[in-house]
Amino acid sequence: MEIIDILLAASFWEAAIRIATPLIFGVLGALVCERAGVLNLGIEGIFTAGAMAGWMAVWLGAGLWGGVLVAALAGGFFGLIHAILTVPLGLSQHVSGIGVTLLATSLSYFTYRTALPDVSSPPRIIPFQPLDIPILSDLPFIGQALFSQTAMTMLALVLVFVTGWVLYRTPLGLAIRAVGDNPSSVEAQGLSVYGLRIGAVVVGSAMMALGGAFLTMSAFDAFFFGMINGRGWVCIALTVFASWRPGKALIGALLFGAFDAFQVRLQTEVGAFFPSQVFLMMPYILSIIALIVVARKADYPKALLVPWFKGQR
Amino acid sequence: MSSAAHSSHKTSPELLLQLAGITKKFGPLIANDAIDLKVHKGEIVALLGENGAGKTTLMNILFGHYVADEGTVTVTNRDGNLEQLEPGAPQAALDAGIGMVHQHFTLAENLSGLDNIVLGTEPIFRLRRDRTAARAKLADLMSGSGLNVDLDQPVHKLTVGEKQRVEILKALYRDARLLVLDEPTAVLTPQEADSLFVILRQLAATGLSVIIIAHKLAEVLAVSHRIAVLRGGKKVGEMQTSDADHRSIAELMVGREVPVSRRTERVPGAPVLRLSDVTIDRGDARRSLHGVNLTACEGEILGIAGVSGNGQAALAQLLAGLDKPDSGIVEIFEAIVTKFDAHKFAQNGIARIPEDRHHDGMVGSMSVAENIAIEDVRSKDYQKFGFLDFAAIRKRAEQAIKDYDVRCPGPGAPARLLSGGNIQKLILARVLEKSPKLILANQPSRGLDVGAQSEVHRRLLEARQNGAAVILISEDLDELLTISDQIVVIHAGHVSKAIPTDAIDRSELGLMMAGQTKTYTQQAQTSNTIRQGETP
Repeated sequence: MEIIDILLAASFWEAAIRIATPLIFGVLGALVCERAGVLNLGIEGIFTAGAMAGWMAVWLGAGLWGGVLVAALAGGFFGLIHAILTVPLGLSQHVSGIGVTLLATSLSYFTYRTALPDVSSPPRIIPFQPLDIPILSDLPFIGQALFSQTAMTMLALVLVFVTGWVLYRTPLGLAIRAVGDNPSSVEAQGLSVYGLRIGAVVVGSAMMALGGAFLTMSAFDAFFFGMINGRGWVCIALTVFASWRPGKALIGALLFGAFDAFQVRLQTEVGAFFPSQVFLMMPYILSIIALIVVARKADYPKALLVPWFKGQR
Repeated sequence: MSSAAHSSHKTSPELLLQLAGITKKFGPLIANDAIDLKVHKGEIVALLGENGAGKTTLMNILFGHYVADEGTVTVTNRDGNLEQLEPGAPQAALDAGIGMVHQHFTLAENLSGLDNIVLGTEPIFRLRRDRTAARAKLADLMSGSGLNVDLDQPVHKLTVGEKQRVEILKALYRDARLLVLDEPTAVLTPQEADSLFVILRQLAATGLSVIIIAHKLAEVLAVSHRIAVLRGGKKVGEMQTSDADHRSIAELMVGREVPVSRRTERVPGAPVLRLSDVTIDRGDARRSLHGVNLTACEGEILGIAGVSGNGQAALAQLLAGLDKPDSGIVEIFEAIVTKFDAHKFAQNGIARIPEDRHHDGMVGSMSVAENIAIEDVRSKDYQKFGFLDFAAIRKRAEQAIKDYDVRCPGPGAPARLLSGGNIQKLILARVLEKSPKLILANQPSRGLDVGAQSEVHRRLLEARQNGAAVILISEDLDELLTISDQIVVIHAGHVSKAIPTDAIDRSELGLMMAGQTKTYTQQAQTSNTIRQGETP
């Protein structure tokens, strides 16, 4: 009975969408990189960098949207490092990605500690507030669940649509999908393989950083060590679950958010009946199942992880 | 056909392309040495040469994939003026109207044919794609040239011939004036190749210039107007096709006389391999076999003809011990095989010459000697107190290098440094040295030059003479007709009855490879009965 009550409560769906927001940013970013053929395991560090940079910019007086911009730039910067190492230099995408994660995480902590050497509790900012859209926010159920989210959640939802449109409806998206499938096809048509791949990784990384920024600027109001807590890795798994499609990415992120919100509520309702780890495992189990299913389908980026060098075929 | 086509070709004086003094070095290797070449409007030029003669390098320079060390590429632009092409810029070549169809297609498999064709032709930063104009133009091109293909299918669902059509359409869609085809027939059935040639002739008649890179003579004699021959990076000859003669060009290409291997009469012995109603269903036509019956006897070469991707891979895997049948019986040396194990197969005297010699035939980072011994490392001959006996391995390698004329810096050199032909010799040395009873040769001469090819044929015939049964999987009809005793055709996982090579009509074989006829069934049955009488 409690379970039904939980699922029918608008507050549950509000929490699910809120928890899903950083994942939506992250999985879209990962998807854009991978569609162009580059796995970006720098995601966990880029989340941290985005969270730190966005929050600190606001704390220094940049304004909330200024903070979002700074976070995106920070993400783009680390994406550029990863792109240069893996695209023209053709280094292992795994090694480079993990390196970027270590670098970006440590650099964020270092910057934080250098700027704030002696604080025990981090200074707080005024984060994005829940929207109050006339009429829409007053609708029953959906008004609370969807239209009372913050502006960044709306941005994430719009980004799903934009990413899908660009990938499937524009010449640029066609070129990105082609370069992730067979770089030689792109070169033979006179487009730049390196340009497309580097561009996709930079933009994708900037999107990932927004996921981090959401945490410090919307979900919470300060930066903590370890606050990313594996969300980046979840996004990598969700990308496979989504079979590299933006719409499915949204569903995957919402599913994860729902599991998380459900798990928290179930614990408060019925006590620690289930260990929370069981629920934390669910998205991974789903991703493994999805991997088994989609790995047999042909529609994954065929050139993912494969470096390409000019003049070599 | 060729004479009629020649007369229809007007000796057009309008120059389209001029390569002058092209030189390209890769380290100490001179891939192109001061090559000159001219192509006129509406002309089909065949660029002939062995592997490594520099054909593909030259075309990659033309297309801007490589930058020449010396020399210039000049094109008559659309306004009729001579213009030097910017080196190293594929976009410049595309803009000048040069389209290239690579031997390995440059198509994104998950995208549709249409997507592949329009890729890069639209301004890239636009909010929408408009395909109406593209579709109309392509419909025109298709009806005008006969290049019909379903452009809305994802490319991975198309046949090889259709993919090639997409590649050609890709060039024509960009208003190509010169089409470069790199080994266009390597992957086609004879019928597909013929229809390609008809299309090329039609396109040439409308003013398109074509360069065909090839190493098969018969084909270029049928389709080209002019022939240029490259050898060792130099242009060694150029002539009108009407003046060309088969033999002299062959010698021009190779630089010496080529020994032709012919099989001699031989009565086959006891059956070595027998497949009875073998089925392997993997849901994918390339990896499936359906109710296959096959017998190979001592002292005969059994050719398996077919277009690649029709179940040859499944058959090869099965005979190498890498896969087991879902149903049916495999008998080897008159014993039913129950355990399919690659190591055991090798130990029992089954020699395997894999299709992808670079990938499956050797370990590139290991030395030549190690690669030669790799199947036998568990044998006592190469061990001392449980450790590898490198002196023995080296000794065998030195002998093999000498016997099989493997050109390499030495037994210690990494195998990846060897050329394709020498890798194949290395594999032959590894497997034939043990006098195998059954040899599985999968595309043994594909991609090799004429010299290495004739060496492979000589070795296989020698093994046959010594009583081995040879299963020869090949797409090359010339090869099959030259050395096999009997031929079966494999199509979509089904294998035809065996036909004696002498009773085969080439065009009929092509139709069978395309899955269009079963004319031979009757005839083949008779021959099979006779054979069964011989070998009970």
